Amino acid sequence: MDKYIWLIPLLPLAGFLINGVGRNAFSKGVIGFIGSLVILLSFGLSVAAFLQVKSSGPINVTVFDWFSVNAFKVQFSFLVDQLSALMLLIITGVGFLIHLYSVGYMHHDEGFGKFFSYLNLFVFFMLLLVLGSNYLIMFIGWEGVGLCSYLLIGFWYTNPDYADAAKKAFIMNRIGDLGFIIGLFLLIAYFGSITFSDIFPKAIHMSPGEVPFTLITILLFVGAVGKSAQIPLFTWLPDAMAGPTPVSALIHAATMVTAGVYMVARSNALFSMAPITMNIVAVIGLATAVLAALIALSQTDIKKVLAYSTVSQLGYMFLGLGVGAYTGAFFHVLTHAFFKALLFLGAGSVIHAMSNEQDMRMMGGLKDKLKTTYWTMLMGTIAISGIPPFAGFFSKDEILAAAFQHSTTMWVIGVITAMLTSFYMFRMLYLTFYGKFRGTSEQEHHLHESPQTITIPLIILAVLSVIGGFINIPEVLGGHHWLADFLAPVFAPSASILEHKEATASTEYLLMLASVAGALLALGYAYIKYVKNNHVPVADSEERPGPVSLSYHKFYVDEIYDWLIRKPLDALSVFFYKIVDLLAIDGIVNGLGKLSVKSSKGLRLLQSGNVGFYIFMMVAGIIAILIFSLVKI
Amino acid sequence: MESFFRTAQTVPLNHYILLSAIIFAIGVMGVLIRRNAIVIFMSIELMLNSVNLLLTAFSVYRGDATGQVFVFFIMALAAAEVAVGLAIIVMIYRNTNSIDINVLNRLKW
Repeated sequence: MDKYIWLIPLLPLAGFLINGVGRNAFSKGVIGFIGSLVILLSFGLSVAAFLQVKSSGPINVTVFDWFSVNAFKVQFSFLVDQLSALMLLIITGVGFLIHLYSVGYMHHDEGFGKFFSYLNLFVFFMLLLVLGSNYLIMFIGWEGVGLCSYLLIGFWYTNPDYADAAKKAFIMNRIGDLGFIIGLFLLIAYFGSITFSDIFPKAIHMSPGEVPFTLITILLFVGAVGKSAQIPLFTWLPDAMAGPTPVSALIHAATMVTAGVYMVARSNALFSMAPITMNIVAVIGLATAVLAALIALSQTDIKKVLAYSTVSQLGYMFLGLGVGAYTGAFFHVLTHAFFKALLFLGAGSVIHAMSNEQDMRMMGGLKDKLKTTYWTMLMGTIAISGIPPFAGFFSKDEILAAAFQHSTTMWVIGVITAMLTSFYMFRMLYLTFYGKFRGTSEQEHHLHESPQTITIPLIILAVLSVIGGFINIPEVLGGHHWLADFLAPVFAPSASILEHKEATASTEYLLMLASVAGALLALGYAYIKYVKNNHVPVADSEERPGPVSLSYHKFYVDEIYDWLIRKPLDALSVFFYKIVDLLAIDGIVNGLGKLSVKSSKGLRLLQSGNVGFYIFMMVAGIIAILIFSLVKI
Repeated sequence: MESFFRTAQTVPLNHYILLSAIIFAIGVMGVLIRRNAIVIFMSIELMLNSVNLLLTAFSVYRGDATGQVFVFFIMALAAAEVAVGLAIIVMIYRNTNSIDINVLNRLKW
């Protein structure tokens, strides 16, 4: 198996090249087949790798020596340990389902070949990110997925708004990447290496003052903030819904945005040495979770609700990381990949059936017409609301339990956010599928269940959302905590440093009861409001009460950024253009030219042709030379 | 020879220097101010001759013949220069019918 690890990222790369070059030459069937086949093959290899890691531990494969400067050596090598093996399964597994889905969803699009080649390229970079055995290879993947995100969000580039959204995503990513790079440089400076196996064992045995762990981890976290859409760099994710729905599912739900979580989980040794940073991570994660949930409460576009939900769930994951529940946070990554991809794909199915309508106010009563979509989305909604025994309950509960150990306030806010999550998700479900149809008769005419290539991935993901939680059932419920045991070697460095507070069984039961009760209460309230009372959100132009308006306008964050950052930058740019460039630099360059012309015009007048003047000048010159030679000496 | 030198040296050297300087200055003034090309040439000759006079005076007062030899060279040079200069002036007169130097301003910008 060791010999074939490099095939895992190589196959999608080959798919990218083949589909990219032949995008206009091959038929759509061939392109879809090749694009999905390479991912399926990678999935098969990932399963084999996972089984090997499970039985005999991590795999280290060196592909080639990359470069070395003095004592600093970097090799292009892959590390498949428990953490990366699970990520491989998610990326290739969920990725394959989404490729299958795209065959049906993008069937009428002219850029079909381009789309599949971009998707394959994205999977290649993401695989590189998780397979890398050092931070540099991870960074290649990091940057690459940012690039593919730009390409895919702006896929329908002829629309200037979509192109703007793509640029926004890429630029915000890059702001985070700056922090990431500086963190990398500091790591190289202090450890002389960026390979995981060199840094982490050394790090945990150092005394806190030797290396500026807080600074390095804050910088790495800045990278994660950009990539995983946390406060303050989260506004690109809702705008990224401009891309096709499979893109939203793959990139902005299951894989790219979890890269930040993966990176922090991988660097758990460094983060455990910097408790201040862990606090910052937890606070920012929690704040993001709450803010995004509040905004999602009043959104009317089905994809925007899911986008803010993603931001909120990512906040949960960072909360988990920040309080030391590394397994819980990663568990949430896994379950979130299942149900969020499911929800996005389901939303895509709805949009497809509604003739590309995304406004929930125009939907309603779809549960009879789109049966499979409805049932699978119901599964996903129950899962994300944290209602047992679906997947979301187990992962969210683990994070909340760890938060409770850390700080009761955090737990309370976390539970409130879980209630909000349940509320807005069921609001979305009810508005879309219950009640009477509110759209035009044109749309009603076209309503139909999606083809199998779309519904089969939905069903598979729904099954995973239901049973996915069972890989890590806590002991209090009679389970064996399989995932925690499996991932223990990866998180061992931090476990040796962080103090681990165990809760009593009764406390755990109480916590679970509280969060489930909250979720059910929210579900009930949403049912009463949207099904019993048939409440429909008002049109855009109408007035809303204060807090609702604040939520609907996304707390004016984009406007604040405009005023705070873009305007000063624009003013600075105008200053540099008008004054420094046009006046000063052009002035100097053009001025030199003008000076030459003026002086030559003046000197030309000496050539008057007047012989007497010439003789006079000769005499004057001789006298001047005489005086000069006499006076000097 | 001795007596000649003694007789000649009764006139102090300063007189010769002053005379030579005045004649030279008159020559320069003539070159700068006069408009007639021939008069300018005459002024140039004046300057050359004033230098000749000074050289000869110094030669007598130093008892060194080198000064007077130098004068010979200057005279030969002056003759050659006048020959060429006058030829040029004749050609100018034939072409522009005037030897006023203010008319000769074709070499302007």
